[in-house]
Formats: sequence, structure tokens, C-alpha cells
Amino acid sequence: MDAATATAAPERRMTPRQRRRLSRTIQYVVLAAIVIVLAVVADWGRIVDSFFQIDIAADMFPAVWIPFWNTIVYTVLAFIFGMAVGVPIALMRVSTFGPYRWFATGYVEIFRGLPALLVLFLVGFGVPQAFPGIQYPGGVYGQVAIGLGLTSSAYIAESVRAGIQAVPKGQVEAARSLGMSHTRTMITVVLPQALRIVIPPLTNELVMLTKDSSLVFVLGVTTATMELSKFARNALTSEANATPLLVGGLLYLLLTIPLGLLARRLEKRGEAR
Amino acid sequence: MSAGANPIVHIEGLHKSFGDNEVLRGVDLEIAEGEVVCLIGPSGSGKSTLLRCVNLLEEPTEGSISAAGHDMTGPDADLDLARRDIGMVFQHFNLFSHMTILDNLVIPQMRVCKLPKDEAVAEARRLLAEVGIEGKERAKPSQLSGGQQQRVAIARALAVKPRLMLFDEPTSALDPEIVGEVLQVMKGLAAEGMTMLVVTHEMSFAREVADRVLFLDGGVIVESGPPAEVLSNPKTERARSFLHRVLHPVD
Repeated sequence: MDAATATAAPERRMTPRQRRRLSRTIQYVVLAAIVIVLAVVADWGRIVDSFFQIDIAADMFPAVWIPFWNTIVYTVLAFIFGMAVGVPIALMRVSTFGPYRWFATGYVEIFRGLPALLVLFLVGFGVPQAFPGIQYPGGVYGQVAIGLGLTSSAYIAESVRAGIQAVPKGQVEAARSLGMSHTRTMITVVLPQALRIVIPPLTNELVMLTKDSSLVFVLGVTTATMELSKFARNALTSEANATPLLVGGLLYLLLTIPLGLLARRLEKRGEAR
Repeated sequence: MSAGANPIVHIEGLHKSFGDNEVLRGVDLEIAEGEVVCLIGPSGSGKSTLLRCVNLLEEPTEGSISAAGHDMTGPDADLDLARRDIGMVFQHFNLFSHMTILDNLVIPQMRVCKLPKDEAVAEARRLLAEVGIEGKERAKPSQLSGGQQQRVAIARALAVKPRLMLFDEPTSALDPEIVGEVLQVMKGLAAEGMTMLVVTHEMSFAREVADRVLFLDGGVIVESGPPAEVLSNPKTERARSFLHRVLHPVD
């Protein structure tokens, strides 16, 4: 401490701790004010009327379980397709063989850059028009798996590539020095570690897919193949009330929040290794 | 060089450059079956690079290498097959972090040597006992101490039945009080007649166990001979000053 600060200290009116407390109190007061103003200004009767009609919500059940289930199926199918294509693309991205790398880079750039909706249109309408007589396995389910999966595979490929590159070089050297081939090393040592590293971004991808499954309506779905968003919007139109949107939204959260929790658990387990 | 008629390692005119940096500038070396050779020298002298060239983890820029009966630099070299005969132990152990200790030894035997599982497990248990690791089969590498991990790494390298072992500063990442347990295992291995090429800073190990010590500096072998000769009466000034710095770091 030099003389200047020593003499300046008594002039300060508040200690840092007091100042922190004051700033915190001000923030609480402002927040409380905003909440009170909103509560007073809002027309609560109207809000309850448009979002919280119990009988309208009740009417959606049990029919809503079919689109709810379809949302899960679309998501899982697209994710499986995305993994099945994305992991090989990731391996091609890190290949020492140029043409593989170029192809994989092009693939990722294209399907990461195109809107999911456009790719879905391409798969649903573009391809059948260009190749008449083409049949997707599983009908609309196959279309969705490929249509959403193509976009997803590009993101998955990038995540997995980052995971592969995050595996320490020493792991590869140890495997090669034991006489494992390049391919064997990838399968036995690198990929298992890489996939563990990318669990968080892959979970993210799964959550994104859950929401992107709401695009499926563009393929023209029937009651049996409808997903959650479309169902909620239909109900919105027929009831002229927003309650179905709230129910639909809650059902989405019912899927995505547990996924987030699961991811956090897996992440923790990864750290404990 | 003091190798017999049929050396297990034969290196001729070895050069290795990383970009403009020439790390090895013409190394000739023969190692006889059963010989223990220690490589010493200042950091950046090319010791590790030389070692990593033997199993072709580094590709030589120039020169020829044969090891454990394989022409490593030949056009028809099957490196995967050759590397089974050349075990390697790393400074940072490099145990497969997603596998249990037992699997670290079992999986290579099954995948590389195509052994049935029960045989691989039995062999893995025998090797783990030999390096003094017991009751850790189900543990993950990160749950072991550095010394334990390195002993497992030695056992793993032995699991595919090599004829030659390469050690790349095996004790440099260990706490001083743990170094001994790893050196003890290596000493045992040498006593069993394993051919070993060891990059090390442990001069007492070199003195006690090595048949020959090589002093490497500036990418060439500057001195070579029995440990008593090279370590106690170095002929060159470079070796003398290096040994002085290693043995009397405070002066």
C-alpha cells in the first residue's frame, strides 16, 4: 500500500461488500417492479380464456398420443439415419485419402447449409418427380428418416469428427504399435472414445430433431402419421383457441427436458472416468 | 558395433527431417538378440525419434531399418505384422482409457493375435501378476497411479509376444518415488533375456542393466560402449558436459 491509497481509503463511503449488496437489492427491486406491472396490466381473464381451457385440453386426449408417439418415431428414425450416415462421413473427413475427404466436406457443406424444410421437400417431392416409381421404405416414415436425417447427418458428422480429433494421438500410437491396422484402431480405440466425447452435442442434435419433426407436415400427413405440432395447430383452428398450443408445447418439453437431464448424467459419468 | 552375426535391429544411414529440421543426421546401429541398449543424450538430440523410427511410428526420410526379422523400410513391409514383434512403452503410458485394465491386455490379443477370449484372459492375468498388478482388473486406467499404469503398459506390450521392446522415456512422467517400481519390472525383463532399446535419463539404470550405452547428440551417435566406459569415462567433451549436467544438476 502506498501513501495515496492509504489516505484515500477513509474517503470511500462504501466497502466493496456493501456496494455489491446494494447493487443486488436494486436488481431485485427492478425485477419485482416488472412482474407487478405485468400482473396489473395483463388481462388475466383473457389469457386464461385463450390458453387454459381445461375442457379443450381434455378433448385432445387420448387422440394426442398418436401424434406424440409419431413425433418420437420420426425423431428416432431420423437420428438413426443421421448416425448411420454421419459417422462414416466423419471417418471420411479425417481420412488420409483425398477423394474421401473432398466428398465428405462437400456433403457436410451442402446438408448443413440447406434448410431442413427444403431438404424435406426435396426428398418428399423432388426425388419422386425426378425418379418416378421410387418407393421409400416405410412410406412417409422412410421419407422423414431420410429427409430429416440428411440434415442431421451433416451436423452429426461434424460433431463426431471433432470427437475423433479430440482423442489423444498417443492412443492411436499405442494401438498401432501393438500391430492393429488403421481400420482396427479406429473401430477398437478411436471411435468408442470419440463417441463418448460427443455425447453432449449428439444429445443436442436429438433435441433439435425432436423439434424439426414438426416440419413433417409439409409431406401431407394423415391422422395416423401426424406429428405433435400439426395436431396442435389443427386443434387450434377447430377450437379457435390457443389451449392446444400450450398442451402441444408441454408435450414437447416432456420429451426434450428428460433428454437434457440424461445428457447431463452421461456427461458426469464421462468426467468420472 | 558389437552385434553378432544376426542382429535383431539393423539401422543404416538413417536420416529423419521434420520440415527443415533435420533431427537424425545419419545413424548406423546394430543390436544383438538379448542385448539391452540405453539411449542417452540432451533433449532434442533425436533419441525418441530414433526409437520411433525402429517400429516406423516415424517414417525415415532416408536410410534402411530392419527389426525383429522384418525389413521395415522395404517396399513390401507389412508394418502391422512387424509391429507385433516390436513392443513399445510410452512416456505417458497411453493405456486405452475407455477399457478396463484387463481389457487393455485382452483386446489386443484377441484383435491382433486372434486368440480365443479365455486364452487371452489367462495370459493377461499371468502378465499382470508378473508386473505386480493384482486386484485391479476391473479398474479403469485413470484409477491407477502412474507407476501402476506404466507397469500395465509394459504388460500390454508383452501381451502380443514381441521379440524386441522399445521404451520411450518410460519413467520421465513419474513421481521420483515411483520410478523404482517400473525400473524393477524392466530389470526383470532384461534378466529374462528380452532385447531392449531404452531411451532414458536414469543413469543408474543404464549403468546397472545396460549392455551398451549410446550417447546421441545433434542427430548422430557420438559415443557407444559399455556403460562403465561411456558413463564414467566419456571420450568426447559433449558427452562429458551432458553427463556432468545430469549427474550434478545444481553445479
